[in-house]
Formats: sequence, C-alpha cells, structure tokens
Amino acid sequence: MKNWKYFMGTAMLGSALILGACGEESAQSEGTSNTEGGEAVEGSVAGDGSSTVAPILEALVEEYSAQSDVQVTVGVSGTGGGFEKFIAGTTDFSNASRPIKDEEAAQLEEAGIDYTEFLLAYDGLTVVVNPENDWATDLTVEDLKKIWVEDGTTKKWSDINPEWPDEEIVFYSPGTDSGTFDYFNEVILEEADMVSAATLSEDDNVLVQGVQGDKNAIGFFGYAYYLANQDTIKAVSIEGVEPNNETIESGDYSPLSRPLYTYVKNSAVAENPAVYDFMKYVIENAGAMAEAVGYVTAPQEEYDADMEALEGLK
Amino acid sequence: MRYIEEQSVMKKMNSRKILNSVFKGIFFVATLIALLTLAVLFYRILSQGLGYLTSDFFTNFASRFPEKAGIKAALIGSLWLMAVVAPVSMILGVGSAIYLEEYAKKNRVNDFIRVNISNLAGVPSVVFGLLGLTIFVRALALGNSILAAGFTMSLLILPVIIVASQEAIRAVPSEVRQASYGMGATKWQTILRVVLPSAIPGILTGSILALSRAIGETAPLVVIGVPVIIQFLPADVMDTFTALPMQIYDWAKRPQADFQNVASAGIIVLMAVLLLMNSVAVLIRNKFQKRY
Repeated sequence: MKNWKYFMGTAMLGSALILGACGEESAQSEGTSNTEGGEAVEGSVAGDGSSTVAPILEALVEEYSAQSDVQVTVGVSGTGGGFEKFIAGTTDFSNASRPIKDEEAAQLEEAGIDYTEFLLAYDGLTVVVNPENDWATDLTVEDLKKIWVEDGTTKKWSDINPEWPDEEIVFYSPGTDSGTFDYFNEVILEEADMVSAATLSEDDNVLVQGVQGDKNAIGFFGYAYYLANQDTIKAVSIEGVEPNNETIESGDYSPLSRPLYTYVKNSAVAENPAVYDFMKYVIENAGAMAEAVGYVTAPQEEYDADMEALEGLK
Repeated sequence: MRYIEEQSVMKKMNSRKILNSVFKGIFFVATLIALLTLAVLFYRILSQGLGYLTSDFFTNFASRFPEKAGIKAALIGSLWLMAVVAPVSMILGVGSAIYLEEYAKKNRVNDFIRVNISNLAGVPSVVFGLLGLTIFVRALALGNSILAAGFTMSLLILPVIIVASQEAIRAVPSEVRQASYGMGATKWQTILRVVLPSAIPGILTGSILALSRAIGETAPLVVIGVPVIIQFLPADVMDTFTALPMQIYDWAKRPQADFQNVASAGIIVLMAVLLLMNSVAVLIRNKFQKRY
C-alpha cells in the first residue's frame, strides 16, 4: 500500500532534483560567458529557414556565442517553411537559398512586415553523375532541360545525344520544399514539370548515395555536398564551365551559381539591439564562415553594401 | 477394438514431421531477419559513433567542427521536455482513465468517447504538431518554448496513456472493489487505496513506454518550429530549446562524412536514454506487480 506512494514521492523528488541541476548548469554557463563577453548587448534573436544556409549560420552562431550574451536560435524548416514563420512574425530573420517569391513578398506586405535582403554567400548548384559515366562530361542548359523535363517518355541517354549509351537515365533530385529544387525549377525547368521518375529526397546524402550506386544516374544538389564527396561522384561542367570557387564567385558558372540570402525584419533591427549586433557580426563574417563550410564567399562590395543597408536600418 | 490405427498414423507421420520442421524453419528465419537487421543497425551505429562518444560530446554545444560537436543542448533540452510531458500527460491521462473506467456510465456517448480515444492513438504525429502550432504556439502565444512543445507532445501520447491506464484499471478484479465498498469506503477511497495501488504497475509501464515515444519524436517539433542551432541552455519552461531527435536529424543531413559519425554518437545517446526508460518500466512492473 505505502509502496507506490513512496515510489511516486521519490520520482517527483528525483525529477525536481534533475531540473534543479539543469537550472544551475545554465546559470553557470551564463556566468562564464559574462566574464568573456566585452559588449553589454543582451537579448534574443530568432531565425529560421533554408537547410542549405544552415551550416553557415551554425558556424556564425557558434563563434558569435563565444563572445556575446545574446541568445541566438535558428531553425531549419527549409526556405519556404522559414518564410512562413517570418510572415507569421515569429522570427527576426529568415534564411533562403533562393530570392523571395512574389507571393511571399505580398504576404509580408499584407502582414505589415518590412524586410531587407542580405547576401551571405554563393552556392554552385552542382549537377553530378557517376564516375563511370564517361559520356556526359559537359552539358548545355538545353541538354539539362531535355533531361529533366517530363515529356511522357522513358528517357535514355541516347535520346539526348545519339552517341551516348542506349540506357535509361536514373534521376535524383532534392525535395520540392527545398530552395534548391525551387532554384533548379526556375532556371532549368522554367516551371515545367520535372520527370516523374525522379527520386526526390529532402536528405541530400540520399541523392549522393543514389548517384554513387548507379552508372546511369544523374542528380543535382549544393556545391558543399559535391565537395564532401568528390572522390565518388563526378561534377558535370555546364556550358563548358566547371563548378569551382572562382567560377561560382565570378558568376561564370551560370545559370546554376546561386546566391544565398538572409531576410531581416527591419523593425527588429531598429528596436532590438541584439538583432543589430548579431546581423552586424553575420555580415562581417559570413564570407569566411561560408568558405569554411563548403560555400563560396561573395565579393567584398556585396558585404559592404549589406553593411550600409544594415546601418541605414538602425 | 483398437483406439489407434497404427498403420494409418505411421503413413501420415512423415509428412506431418516434414511440415512441422518446414514451419519451424520459416518462423526461425522470420525471427532471424528481425534480429539480423537489429544487429546490423547496432553494429553500424556503434562502429561509427563510439569514437565520438567522449566526455566532450556531453559538455559541448553543436559545432561546425565534427570533432568539437556536442549534444549538450539537445540532451538537456530533451530532459526539460520530459519534465513537462511526464506530469502533464500522466495527470491528464490517468485522470481520464479513472473517469472513463470508474465513474462514466455505460452509454452511447461514453462508448463513442472510448472508441475515439483509441482512434486518436493512430493519428500521425505531424497532425498533433499542427494542432500544437495552432493552439499553443500561436493562439496561446507560448512561442516555440519548452512548455508549448511539452503540451503538444503530451497531447500526442495522451491516448496511449489513457488506453494503457484503462487496461490496467480494468484488470483490477471487481471483487476487491466490492470488498472495499462493503467495508464502507467511498468511491474515491476505493480508487485511491484499492484500485490505483494495484493498477499502478500497468499505468507506469504504459506511461513510460509512451514517454519513450515522445522523446524520440521529431515531426511535431519540426512543425512547431523548434530551432536546431542554439548555443545556450534553457533556464525555465518559457525558453526555447532543441531536442535529441532534431539534433540527430540535422547532423545526419550534413554533407561531411564525419557528421554522419557524430549523428551515430547522438543516436547512441538517444538509444541509451530509451533503454534506460524501458528498463525502468520493466523494473517497476516486476517490483510492484501483484497477482490476485
């Protein structure tokens, strides 16, 4: 009879102790960062958005938190999901791997949210094939369109170029909620439907593995995923231009060189010193951090223009 | 007259024996496949993750360097989440079960409620996420706080806890209740002193298994907008946080192969937490179980 009451009592006491311990630990960590932090800016900053941009933000938040008391949180809901929260007013900034869509801009206007676009870095959307594929080394935009647009037939490599093998093409593409898909859709498919045979995945590593495993496979994803796997997959040059740091930054790798943005709520910068302080840090360091995680830094003029825009908002 | 016609029995003996061993083989292979899958999974996770499972892994925040990446924010976040989910879901769940089993009259309305609770247990977790987003995050303006996430997770596992508690309460023999009433006890006294003590092992086992589900769920957290990149610990239930499955998913998506190993280390931590909770459930069942 007494047994279970005793048990419940200890369980409650136990959880209270665990909670107490947690609280203490967080208090301690605040204490240490206080002594390290120079500036007295405090507060919190919330962001969300593209999973492509997330590694850059992770690096920035990691470095920023080591020298500031500002509490930054960034979600990874995808470009579209991020804008949804931005429109709902729950985030201060929203990361995007494509420019904002007209409908999203319209909804923001309706919600009375003014925003500013900041360029963070460039990504070269990379088209990859299996290393055993020795025919498709260079594709034109026309070829890509022919390969990826649904036309009701089963596509073979020989349909694209009669000299290529008479084998079915196997497709791997990022999921439709990703900015990567949106960008490809815009510049290559031009809003036509993508081949229905394509395997779609939100996890780019699935695409990498798919292309690694099939001689006839073709896929596309961000440059960082190609960099991390360049021993086992092969990048296709587009219109004779290979994707690499120089061609992506200069824009020669066209049209698949794409900008990565973050959109910031103007009122948040004006009213919350923490947002201003964090964004300043982001613009100052985005280029270096982008390089560190596998993207390409933008020209310094772009960051200077970003900074000017930020100062104008304060 | 002989009761057993040995001749005809012997004639069928061989085919019966063969059939017996064929089915034995089939069932054995079925078990083997399940076990092998588990073994391969374990091997893969352990071989990839063990190297990253250092003490730093528990004391560091997430990092862009795989070797410096840690699970502190996610582990503490998940514990905070449990600290909200456990009391909320158990009080509501056991309360509803007591009402439905002990107080509610047998009529159509209550039958309808019972059937629907069982149906709710089968609703996909994303739907609960959307519910949480609408009610807790937006309407009650709790934001993506521990409290909002905890309430959402509580709703998610509530049906499971109610059903498990109902089963446990129903398993208490009615003779014991009658005896209690016979001694002059009220309904509440009977519930508190007779029904609950003998139902508590079943209730706790069901609840802990439900809590294990809550600690491993990602979808509702994604929907209510729980962040992944976070470099501080929550100080109270209104703070935002991140949880183990979110952090693991984020690592597993990374391009660098090293982060796959970090994800494996995270999975080991999550599995350890789950195993711990499940063994507590088993322990409780064994320690408190009474037989009538």
